[in-house]
Order: sequence, then structure tokens, then C-alpha cells
Amino acid sequence: MSRLTELSIAEAGEGLKGGDFTAVELTEAHLAEIEAGAALNAFITTTPEAALKAAAHADERLQAGDAPALTGIPIANKDLFCTDGVQTTAASKILEGFTPQYESTITANLKAAGAISLGKTSLDEFAMGSSNETSAFGTVLNPWRDGDKTLVPGGSSGGSVAAVAGRMALGATGTDTGGSIRQPAAFTGTVGIKPTYGRCSRWGTVAFASSLDQAGPITRSVKDAAIMLEAMAGFDPKDSTSVNMPVPDWSGSLSPDMRGLKVGIPKEYALDGLSTEISALWEQGRDWLKQAGAEIVDVSLPNTSYALPTYYILAPAEASSNLARYDGVKYGLRVAEQGGSLIDMYEATRAAGFGPEVKRRIMIGTYVLSAGYYDAYYLKAQKVRTLIAQDFASAFERCDVILTPTAPSAAFAPGEKSNDPISMYLNDVFTVPASLAGLPGISVPAGLSAAGLPLGLQLLGRAFDEQTVLNAAAALEAAADFTAKPDAWWKA
Amino acid sequence: MSIDAATVRHVAHLARIKVNDEDVPALERELNSILSWVEQLSEIDTSDVEPMTSVEAMTLRQREDAVTDGDYAERVLANAPDAQFGFFAVPKVVE
Repeated sequence: MSRLTELSIAEAGEGLKGGDFTAVELTEAHLAEIEAGAALNAFITTTPEAALKAAAHADERLQAGDAPALTGIPIANKDLFCTDGVQTTAASKILEGFTPQYESTITANLKAAGAISLGKTSLDEFAMGSSNETSAFGTVLNPWRDGDKTLVPGGSSGGSVAAVAGRMALGATGTDTGGSIRQPAAFTGTVGIKPTYGRCSRWGTVAFASSLDQAGPITRSVKDAAIMLEAMAGFDPKDSTSVNMPVPDWSGSLSPDMRGLKVGIPKEYALDGLSTEISALWEQGRDWLKQAGAEIVDVSLPNTSYALPTYYILAPAEASSNLARYDGVKYGLRVAEQGGSLIDMYEATRAAGFGPEVKRRIMIGTYVLSAGYYDAYYLKAQKVRTLIAQDFASAFERCDVILTPTAPSAAFAPGEKSNDPISMYLNDVFTVPASLAGLPGISVPAGLSAAGLPLGLQLLGRAFDEQTVLNAAAALEAAADFTAKPDAWWKA
Repeated sequence: MSIDAATVRHVAHLARIKVNDEDVPALERELNSILSWVEQLSEIDTSDVEPMTSVEAMTLRQREDAVTDGDYAERVLANAPDAQFGFFAVPKVVE
């Protein structure tokens, strides 16, 4: 029944309601792919028994005609969402064995919509990374390869994109702080959307940088992204920055017709040294949207080049504060020498539990918040963040949606960038600005590189205008007709 | 602004992360390279700019000051490395 794992969420939903196959069959097909895909290391924890039990229950609901949107749809959840009774690690040694006693709002919403969780996917430790190499549970491999050379899936939601691209789940949850949904989606030929800040509740999601963190879905089609996001989004009184607005019927209103819409092309994104491959794809995207009826306009986002340094002050600052809770007292790892003090225990636990990138960011964050440096770094970055948000506000007076590349390159090999933090950070050069402004963004697979690897285009929209972002994405999707898929080498 | 070995040790202590002596030079190098990279923000004149403190223009919601949750100490303690008598247990703080 491997055919079942090729379906979109929309098709699978139809098939389930029409009785073409059962939720148990659909779930079994995906569990078999997870087993066959162990070499990709996409999952930290799988929950096959719970999934099959939920699938049997879904079949009863389908029979009874009481089936919400995602009933019986098998998905994977990034191991950053707390799941009641199921280990949640954030891919860190410091949380190994942590078994939440509660469910995050995002996973609870998906469960309430009928989705079946197959397990928890790997990520960069505490979502800090762009390659999945910082996971304490081993590097995740991209289902796509460059000949015989294995590649990273991007990050931080690397396990989620690998699961979706590798046909191990119909969709997966991710989180995006500076590009952690969009960049890995681009690296794996999948669709990934980060909604407007405040759309998705952060409650029960392991916090990295709270003013930036947003959950979103990773799928194989734009319509699936809309369907899944509808289930995830919504007001949550338990998150003080959750926005009390109705969730639109994004999937029902999806339209690739771009007539009457203006697409902005920000000139500052044409970086010096941008590969001709990426420039050509961007050009192609512009033509496709024009053919779909859009008017193309030039826009300017003058502070773009300051977005990454701003982000690498603000995100570590917030992280240093959020990660102070991992101290060996309440949960997770404790390292305490006999007769040592409480402070000794904190320091030893955190030294043993955090990986090098997490330590680096906590220390940068601690430094920029420390007495004497707060104004020079943190306050300065908050002010530049205002300027970056103002850039977008001005640009959206001239256009309805902005088109850019998602990432400056296709997927790279493990080890290629991990020795130089800044070269790794540059992966997020196109995704970070919209994160700082809190705006919705999507990555759509748009073509293949010369080496045959997927490349993505990014669309950015006004706050709470996910519909235009999704519609433009649907237009790109229709024009690009991206049907390439990885050759399942991991099963050989 | 560049930081020296003593600052690395001080920051590590503030962050409650034990750093071995042999790891200090590498950290000093990495932190300085990141800090000199973010230094470019000083090029921008922000004298008339308000810092962004909230992503969306919103006022923080308030709620009734009432108990709405609780009474499950065993669940709160379920993941504690050491819990005794209904409390988190830690090494002795006061002699």
C-alpha cells in the first residue's frame, strides 16, 4: 500500500471519507515507511501503538460521520511541542527522558481536529541551527542526495521536513524563529509556512526566542499547508501574545489567480555573490506570478543587511533567559558532585546538558544583556528591529506580497558549514527579516538546482494576510509543477 | 568591543555554565567573532527610533486574579531528578 504515502492531506481526507481505505491502513503504511526510513534519523521518538489506537478510533468516527477536518491523517510533530505522556527532548541531552504531563496547544488542536501523531521528529538542539547537525540525537539526513553525497535537511525543523519529503508522514509540525520552517522546506522540496506572529499559540512549545517563535505546518502542497494551519491556529488564552482573531477558511478560499495583486521584488535581496542559479529561479518566479495576472513592482527594504546581526543579538538574549530554567531541579538532567553546592550543580548540569551551539548562544545572550552592554547591544537591536518592521510597512504600501528566494543555496553536506557559526547563520539571510517583523512567510518548491536538488521561493505578506501569501504560493505551485521526488536510496 | 578570557569566565558564570580552562580560548575566539560581526549595527543612526518591545501592537490581556488551576503536585514533580516530601530537592544551600 505504498501508494497511500504519496497522497496529499486533501486527497487522503477524501479517500478516508469515501471509504477507499481506512485510517488504520493509512497509518500502517506510514509506520512502515518510518521503519524503512530509519537511516534518515528523522524521528527521536515514534509512537506506533498510540498511532494505531488513534487510527482505529478515527475509523469509528469516520463510520459515524463525526469526522473533523484531519480525522485519520497521520502527521509527525517536531520534538519541541510538549506531548502528554510522550518524551519531549528539544533534541537536547538536558531534556532526555522528560515526559510532559500536559499537551501543547498546537498538538492538542491537531488532535482535536482528528490528526494522528506518528511520533516526534528531530531538530537542531533547542531549534538553534540551520542544518540539524546540533541535535543531541544525531544528524538528520536529507532524503535528497547529491549523487552519493548525503546532505543536511536544513534546520531547525529538519526531522519534520525529512519525514514529509521521505513519505513518512502526510504533514508535520515545525517551528520558525528565524527561518526554521522555510529554509528546511526549501532544502527538501516541501511547502512550509510560518504564520503571522500570534496566530499559533506558543503554550507548551519549548521556548527559544519568545518574541519570534511561531509554529507552522510542513506539507507537500500549498492546499495541505492551508488545511493544516487552519487546525493549528487560533486564539489561546494561555499564551499572552496569542491573537484573538477568527481563523479564516484559507483552504476554501485558496486561489492561484493573481489578477489585481502587486508582487514586490526587494532589490536588497539581490545579494552580492548570489548564485546565478538562485537569481534565475527568482526571475522565473517573477515571470510565473506575472503570467498568473500579477503586476510586478520594485520595492526597497533598506535595512535588510542589518536583519541577521539584529537577530543574533535578540534571539540569543531571549534564549539565555528562556533556557535559564534548565538547571537540574525541575526536570531533565542533573549532574551533582557529592558535597557540591547548588551553584556547582547548576553549572555542571548545564555544562553537561547543553551542546556547543546552545552554550554559545546562551553566553552571547548573557553578555548582551549584562550590565554595561545592554544599551549598546540589546536596546540597539530592538531599535533596528523597529526600522526593519517599518521597511516592510512601507513596502506593503506599494505591493500585496513580496517574492524572494528562500535560501541562498540548495542543501549542503554535513560538516560543510558547522565549523563557522556565521557562515551557518547566513543561511537565514532571506528568512530572518520577516521573522523580526512578525510577518507571514511561506516557502514553495519551485525548481531543481544543476545538481538536481530542490530550491524554494519565499513569499511574504502583510500581518494576518496569510490568504494572499497562500494564494501567491498556489500560483507558483501551479506554474512550477514541482513533481520531482527523492529516489528512496535509504531503503536500499 | 572585544572580550578577554576573564570576561568569558565571568559570562559563563553569569550563565551558570561550567567552562573548563582549556575551552576558554576557543570560546573567546568564537564569541569575539560573533560580537564583531553584530557590531555593524553601530553604523545605523537610531537616535530617534523607539525600540520594538511588542511584535504586534497590543496591550497585554488581564484576567481575574483567581485560582483556576492546580492541586496536582505529583504531576508537577513527576520529572524532577530528586523530589522529596512533595518538594523539589536540591543540594543544601544554608549550613
